[in-house]
Amino acid sequence: MILLVLLIVLFAAALLSWVAGAKSHAACRWIALCSLLFNLGIVIRIWLAHTAISGRWWYQYKVDWVPHFGISLHLAMDGLSLLMLALTFFLGALAVLISWKELQTRVGFFHFNLLFVLCGITGVFLTMDLFLFYFFWEMMLIPMYFLIGIWGHEHREYAANKFFLFTQAGGLLMLLAILGLYFVHAANTNVYTFNYFELLNTPMEATTARWLMLGFLVAFLVKLPAVPFHTWLPDAHTEAPTAGSVVLAGLLLKTGAYGILRFVLPLFPAAAAEIAPLAMLLGVAGILYGGMLAFAQTDLKRLIAYTSVSHMGFVLVGAFAFNEIAYQGVVMQMITHGISTGALFIIAGALYERIHTRNLWQMGGLWLRMPLMGSAALIFVMASLGLPGLGNFIAEFLILLGSWPASHLFTILATIGLVIATAYSLRLMQKVFLGPCDRQYAMRDLNGRELVIIISLIIAICWLGFHPQPVLNTTQNTAYVIR
Amino acid sequence: MSFVDFLSLGPLITLCAASVIAMLLVAIWRNHRIVYSFAIIAFLMSMTAVIPAIIYIPHPVPPLLVIDEFSLFNTGLILTAGLIILLLSFNYFEEREERKEEYYILLILATIGALVLVVSRHFMSLFLGLEILSISLYGLIAYLRARERSDEAGIKYLMLAALSSAFLLFGMALVYAFTGHMDFPGIGAALRQAGYLPVSVMAGFGMMLIGVGFKLGVVPFHMWAPDVYEGAPLPVAAFIATVSKGAMLVLLIRFYQDIQGNDYPMLWWMVAIIAVASMFAGNWLALTQQNIKRILAYSSIAHMGYILVAFLSGVQTGLEALAFYLVAYFITSIGAFGVVIVMSSSLQDAETIADYKGLFWRYPWVAMVFTVMLLSLAGIPLTAGFIGKFYVVMAGVNGHQWFLLFMLAINSVIGLYYYIRLVATMFAVPAPGQQTTVVPALPIAGNITLGILTVLLIGLGVYPTAMMQLIQQMMRILS
Repeated sequence: MILLVLLIVLFAAALLSWVAGAKSHAACRWIALCSLLFNLGIVIRIWLAHTAISGRWWYQYKVDWVPHFGISLHLAMDGLSLLMLALTFFLGALAVLISWKELQTRVGFFHFNLLFVLCGITGVFLTMDLFLFYFFWEMMLIPMYFLIGIWGHEHREYAANKFFLFTQAGGLLMLLAILGLYFVHAANTNVYTFNYFELLNTPMEATTARWLMLGFLVAFLVKLPAVPFHTWLPDAHTEAPTAGSVVLAGLLLKTGAYGILRFVLPLFPAAAAEIAPLAMLLGVAGILYGGMLAFAQTDLKRLIAYTSVSHMGFVLVGAFAFNEIAYQGVVMQMITHGISTGALFIIAGALYERIHTRNLWQMGGLWLRMPLMGSAALIFVMASLGLPGLGNFIAEFLILLGSWPASHLFTILATIGLVIATAYSLRLMQKVFLGPCDRQYAMRDLNGRELVIIISLIIAICWLGFHPQPVLNTTQNTAYVIR
Repeated sequence: MSFVDFLSLGPLITLCAASVIAMLLVAIWRNHRIVYSFAIIAFLMSMTAVIPAIIYIPHPVPPLLVIDEFSLFNTGLILTAGLIILLLSFNYFEEREERKEEYYILLILATIGALVLVVSRHFMSLFLGLEILSISLYGLIAYLRARERSDEAGIKYLMLAALSSAFLLFGMALVYAFTGHMDFPGIGAALRQAGYLPVSVMAGFGMMLIGVGFKLGVVPFHMWAPDVYEGAPLPVAAFIATVSKGAMLVLLIRFYQDIQGNDYPMLWWMVAIIAVASMFAGNWLALTQQNIKRILAYSSIAHMGYILVAFLSGVQTGLEALAFYLVAYFITSIGAFGVVIVMSSSLQDAETIADYKGLFWRYPWVAMVFTVMLLSLAGIPLTAGFIGKFYVVMAGVNGHQWFLLFMLAINSVIGLYYYIRLVATMFAVPAPGQQTTVVPALPIAGNITLGILTVLLIGLGVYPTAMMQLIQQMMRILS
């Protein structure tokens, strides 16, 4: 029941903030913020209460929805879902906070969309019914489309359309695969159900499994995004408003990674193992190619967007390494990437608010004007390049450690990615904050609200870097597929 | 004619009587409001007449008609659609035409034609129903005589409908020549007895398919659709998109089931090619249109293609999916046309995309309704269109029609592009000082109707179980 509450709170807050937005902007922002903090509180309470308890599934909630098809409203939470939800509400609250001043037009509708997309993401992380999963998967798209298309930058419509079409195309293939699985299961057991737990051990032929697995995988690879399917990402991330970029990079990409961990691997272990070398190749290609493209960008947000491609490559490599260390790393990477990239987008947004450009050639020497922002950026740039002591290091280290037994070659290539990461990260730092400054006017440094955001992110990333054990413990009971 | 026959045909008889009374009413005292109210009452009574008919199903009225769950369900659907279109019509015609009373007579007649198609099980009643429908539509399409495009559309429809009727008749004659039957089960039995499909019957089916395909507006018999949608008065366009196509589809299903069309691969392939071509042509041609009516026309061509995929799946789920999709499609299409109706002023229909630019910031309510309708057409969750598409895909997977499904998936993505482009236009921030040419009428009745449609659409999207059970029950009878 508590799981349903999480969804209902967000949905109700979405409607309420829309209504309130017509009267008062502040009220609408507070409603959004409070609902997210409330949910964050619930999740943290669950976390604290359950760390000691073993057993995988902490909460389950199930009622029939369309019994005719075997569809039920089936929510469940394990360690993985819990971590993802904590990240969702944390970044969601920050997204509300950063748009506090930046966003002054059509505020009510903005917060409606923001909360609605978070509601969809929450649903994706919680649902254990494949139909419901597809339902939430699609439900995320429309509000995200509006977030990019209405409040975005210059080429927002192009970016929004591209994002929408790419993810929809992937989603439809997944729908075919879900239905295929449904009927294969029914043919073998005579039970028509979309229930994840019942579908888990569906006996099927190797060829069937391969095709169905591909249907799921393509949808998740588009969302992740892996290399041939990544072209929507730079556009969407760059054109979205700051809050949109944070939600996209921090959360939406994670739904792809989550989908691989939750569905592709457990549902089709054999077929996934077959395709593992190819998937790891795509992952490595993403790491190297994304990193190289990031290095070549002149647009700050675009640069950060390409680093996402690179970092998500690690997720793909780790997910298909089939051992527990790598999985732990993947989960860590999902969280730390959400935090560090989210933070970089927030800084890019704050910069844009002040100097109204994202062009790296027009920046430089900003440290002198804004030392606080500069140091914050330094921390997250360091996190992004994998400096020990910060969360991303743990994540990437675990992934590389885990993937070594699976494939030496790919691990070595992935490690080269860390060098490229250093290159583009330092270039970012140098172009924006160091070097000569040709701006004579004063710029205000981070204000109180922004400091709160940045500091909470810094605390999170340092905590994950120095003391990752609670997170690792939480996902320990998740039944991974191990070869 | 026995009492039971009389009760079973109640909805049809009520409307027939109503058409005569309406005619007299216009002759005695010409008043728009009175005829309008009378037409509404007639539809309501006809809908009420469905209830006693339920008691006696299945009840054949040999040799022409059959009243079973399937036909009653579709009777109800068509009457409801007709009523909603009627509700949307009053303001539209009040503002435009001097002699608006005959519109209602024609609308009732056209609905009668559709109802006859739905209950018919015989070539004679098929043709009778089809002609009642077509001939009323000639008048309806060209009803706004003062408009050039209205005349053009009327003539175009007249020519092509007459031609397609001729093909249909020829086809029927060929089938009759071989089988010696004109009732569907008789034809089916004769063909099974023969054990093969002779060339003349095959040719007959092909020619009949031309007639049917024309009414459905599927490729390659779709050429009339965009022009007629564009030229016809908006409520009539909504009528053609829903009632006319729906009735023909119902008839097609019944015929196909009765002759067990799935046993004849040749027939299956003919329909399959039409389905794929419709999906592609419809979506592809819709991409570059600037006129909302034409977009809706092409999109309805594509949707007929989707429906045919369910039809072709050859499994029980397919028929259920088809019925559900039809309900969702009816609501969505009427809703979309309804938005265009309430947005149109007396001077000009709001038909170009430019008329909708930034609509959300001027008339949020109408824009929200339109958005919901478009998302339903695109098959996005929380709408009936999503469940409908899901049902269709499910049927396809169940019937192992992977090729058709793949085509459907590709087309869904193409289709998304123009739906989402329309949505984006409505949400685009208008440039300051930009004036729009069309001042919408926004009649209250129209808005209420749109509200009901939206609630229905989302209701079906969130809780489809009740409707599914109804449909499942109904389809069990048919097979």
